[in-house]
Amino acid sequence: MSQLIYPLRGGVHPPENKQQSLQSPLRRLAIPRELVFPLAQHIGAPAKAVVEIGDRVLAGQMIAEPNGPFSAAIHASTSGTVSAIEARPIPHASGLWGDCIVVAADGKDESIDFEGCENPFGLDHEALIEKIRHAGIAGMGGAGFPSAVKLNPPPNSNIDTLIINGTECEPYITADDVLMQERSEDIIRGCTLLAHILNSPDRILIGVEDNKPKAIAALEQSLLKLAAEDLPGIDRVQVVSFPTKYPSGGEKQLIQILTGKEVPSGGLPAHIGIVVQNVGTTVAIWEAIKHGKPLIERITTVVGESLKEQGNAIVKLGSPSQFVLEQFGFQEKSCARLIAGGPMMGFSLPDSRAPIVKTSNCLLVPSHQEMPDPAPAQACIRCGHCAQACPAGLLPQQLYWYAQAKEHDRLLAHNLMDCIECGACSFVCPSSIPLVQYYRASKGEIRQAEIEKEKSDRSRQRFEFRQKRIERAEAEKEAKRLARKKAAEAAKAKAAANAGTAKTAPAADPVAAAMARVQAQQSDPAEQLAKLERAVNNARNRLNSAEEKWQQAEGDQKAKLESRFKQAQLRLQDAESKLHDFKQQSAGENPATSNPATTNPASAKPTAPLNIDSDDPIERAKAKAQQRLSMSPLEKAENNLSSLNDRLKKAQEKAGEADDDKRAAMEAAVEKLKQKKAALEKEIDELKAQAPLKENTATAESPIDPDSIEDPIERAKAKAMQRLNMSPAEKLQNSLQALQTRLAKAEEKAATADEDKRPAMQAAVEKLQEKIKTVEQEIAEFKAQQEPAKPAESTNESSGVPLDAASAAIEKAKAKAAAQAQMSDSEKHAAQIESLQQRIQKAQQRLDKAIEEGNDNVDAFRLGLEKLQAKLKELESE
Amino acid sequence: MDISSLHPLVLALLVLGGLALVFGAILGFAAVRYKIEGNPIVDQIDNLLPQTQCGQCGHPGCRPYAEGIANGEEINKCPPGGQDTINSIADLLGVDAPELDAEHGTESELPTVAYIREDECIGCTKCIQACPMDAILGAAKQMHTVIADECTGCDLCVEPCPVDCIEMREVEVTMQNWKWQLPSPLAAVNSDIIASDRQTPQETKQEDTAA
Repeated sequence: MSQLIYPLRGGVHPPENKQQSLQSPLRRLAIPRELVFPLAQHIGAPAKAVVEIGDRVLAGQMIAEPNGPFSAAIHASTSGTVSAIEARPIPHASGLWGDCIVVAADGKDESIDFEGCENPFGLDHEALIEKIRHAGIAGMGGAGFPSAVKLNPPPNSNIDTLIINGTECEPYITADDVLMQERSEDIIRGCTLLAHILNSPDRILIGVEDNKPKAIAALEQSLLKLAAEDLPGIDRVQVVSFPTKYPSGGEKQLIQILTGKEVPSGGLPAHIGIVVQNVGTTVAIWEAIKHGKPLIERITTVVGESLKEQGNAIVKLGSPSQFVLEQFGFQEKSCARLIAGGPMMGFSLPDSRAPIVKTSNCLLVPSHQEMPDPAPAQACIRCGHCAQACPAGLLPQQLYWYAQAKEHDRLLAHNLMDCIECGACSFVCPSSIPLVQYYRASKGEIRQAEIEKEKSDRSRQRFEFRQKRIERAEAEKEAKRLARKKAAEAAKAKAAANAGTAKTAPAADPVAAAMARVQAQQSDPAEQLAKLERAVNNARNRLNSAEEKWQQAEGDQKAKLESRFKQAQLRLQDAESKLHDFKQQSAGENPATSNPATTNPASAKPTAPLNIDSDDPIERAKAKAQQRLSMSPLEKAENNLSSLNDRLKKAQEKAGEADDDKRAAMEAAVEKLKQKKAALEKEIDELKAQAPLKENTATAESPIDPDSIEDPIERAKAKAMQRLNMSPAEKLQNSLQALQTRLAKAEEKAATADEDKRPAMQAAVEKLQEKIKTVEQEIAEFKAQQEPAKPAESTNESSGVPLDAASAAIEKAKAKAAAQAQMSDSEKHAAQIESLQQRIQKAQQRLDKAIEEGNDNVDAFRLGLEKLQAKLKELESE
Repeated sequence: MDISSLHPLVLALLVLGGLALVFGAILGFAAVRYKIEGNPIVDQIDNLLPQTQCGQCGHPGCRPYAEGIANGEEINKCPPGGQDTINSIADLLGVDAPELDAEHGTESELPTVAYIREDECIGCTKCIQACPMDAILGAAKQMHTVIADECTGCDLCVEPCPVDCIEMREVEVTMQNWKWQLPSPLAAVNSDIIASDRQTPQETKQEDTAA
């Protein structure tokens, strides 16, 4: 049964030049002194060195293990010592150096014990694949594809044909030819084993070009001989010869010739049920499994006119090219270039130190005459020879144009990737255009672009992920911040509520503290009055005693005493005048706070038993008040002021309720109102200042009791009057109280407000707190102003019944002062300490909570607590 | 009322108006049903950009620049992409490909990646924050290093380094990324040679040395 042969499309007939290397018999080369094993001798991931410098290795010992599934092991080809693991020149088109394991041979060529296998057909698929993998076998035809991968096709592919490639179509190369002649039996055995590994395909074809009659004969002879042996599947083995044509040895081309099937574009032979293995690989696999001998040597053709003799040799892998060539009488001077592989698909080696590797089927060292430099390329004349020659059925001319223009899309559309880089197009080109170089470069560019595209996609992903991550982190931060703020607000609102409900309770925040201070201050005027009175009393007592002494004294002492008496008199006068001033002041302010009934000057008698200036100041104050009451412009101003106050209050309320954008306008309105109010108050002050001038006329007039007046208008007037009569201190206190109520309200609102409005509210609350502080300060200042008035106080303790508004106020203040005075110091102290302790407790709680929540305000809280504790200590020490 | 009793003009108007309504409704439905989300041209341009996120175009990343181009910005502001990117964007948009705008930088011959001289690194993490690609590994007061595979060579990390221990290094050519170079285009000196003028190499060399 003869196998049908299908014609190969395209192809060329270059000079075969195979005779030169077939003249001498196959020889075994000596062992070089140094062997170099590149870690990357195959397609895929470079192997991983498992030896270290200084290790002694034996022939067949694995020195590098496969790194991942798509890799192959590397074995030492002779015994020696690892002298280096470093970058060395390797046989690669790039001329780059690659990592190599360098072994210094010891010349003993000791090898490990190869573990053979009696019956390899008894092993299962996985075990065989593993053995091949560890034997480091990679395609020996030139590509170096790891055989274990190739023999382990995807599970869904049904392999029906195994093809053993003995074509060897490249000119000059005869390594496979010689192998087929020498090792034909092993090839037949090997291919039956491969068939076994591949689950016994229907056909096993050994394809050989008809220019190797000796090889064909040897194979057929062995086939006949082995048919007697009980090799499974040997009956399916056929040796097929077909006409010589370049590049029928290409995998896809051979498949087409032998089966008529075409491997789909971008597909693998396994997709159409075919596996192709080189004859050299087949033998290597057989040796590896049957005899346990890994791939450590191969047959290499050494050919070219620069050699004294040309031929084939069994070369230990790792032998430097230079060494191999020297064995054949290499004449470097006549050598045009050193080519690894054949003249069509090989590549120049820039460095002759590059070693023989698994894929090195040929070393070609042509003379200049034999292989002249390529002629300079000329313009494409569009002859179309290349298209006729292309075995892949491509359009080389089109590809050439697109490659020049770097139009990758067009190149891909014209199936550049199906180009097998056989060089047939370049060979036929009359313009000597190195077409295949354009395709190789373009393929590289496209692959590069693909890698870059992949990388850019990954970069985009990473970048976007990073953006997202940053956004998320920001959002989390923001959420945390808001939560903290909320917690702080809640705590504040709580504190404010506490302060609002229990004013006597220790002030937990500035507002309450301020209120407490103000309350304390309210008792001050009375105290001051009392102090002033005491001072006057003292002064009078001193005066009296001085007078007595003066009257009793005689002579020069009398003069002395007289001066002292005069001094005492002056002091008394001074104190009295001060008291007088203070009384005048308090007379103005007291009617508002004291019972209106007692302010009625009608019931007051001008016979107040004050010792000095008794009638004048009080009467004058009374009169002033009356006068003011009757003043019509003043009344008007007062009315204006009260209405303004109302408006202001309303406006402020509105402002508090308004939206953020409206708030600004509202606040502006409030500001205006305040200005107006200030102007009005000033006016009132002026009017007040004018009032004393009308004193005389006013004395007769009776003041009006606001509560007793029926008419509401009159009452309002009276109230306004009262307000007018308020002392500045009282005014301030009033405004402070108003501010505090506003603050409480604002805080409440802030606590209940939406989150987005909260910052605005917060700001408002803070403003209010500031205002309160300034008011407090004013009050303090006022207090300080009143202080100097003390010594002038004259006693009115003797006066008994309060007769007018001023004295009533004084009386009341005194009473208050007395009440406070009755409270013993220790009691006061105790109360203060208690309140302080309470405050400290609260502050401590707040601090703890803050620490728990990881609040930002922890430091502030802690500071406050420390201050409180310091105060408490101070008090306790007192 | 009999429809035929209407004035022919009125009838025609009614019919045409009706048709307009029907087709309008169909078009309106189609517009809603087959609505395209987002701007596909931005995605296409973004796909062509090199994704170095270097900001040399003046945008904070490649996508914003893609959006800018979609809104009519110049397409020649991307030095990392170079002329190839300009050409492909020009192809996509159907415009003439301009030269790279030198104002935004020049196209580098070889790709570069950042390299940290590790013994000089003080571990400040400034470069980590600057890297748009998260391609720098390290922590505070720990030595940093660049994941070369992820580095796009945007050199945004060079500037923030307080000790200037980051440099941009050209990507080394390895067996993995080596590729054939295109043959040099037909040289002018060869233009007067015809195919039959093939010289032996010796002759060429002699001529060269003589020249």
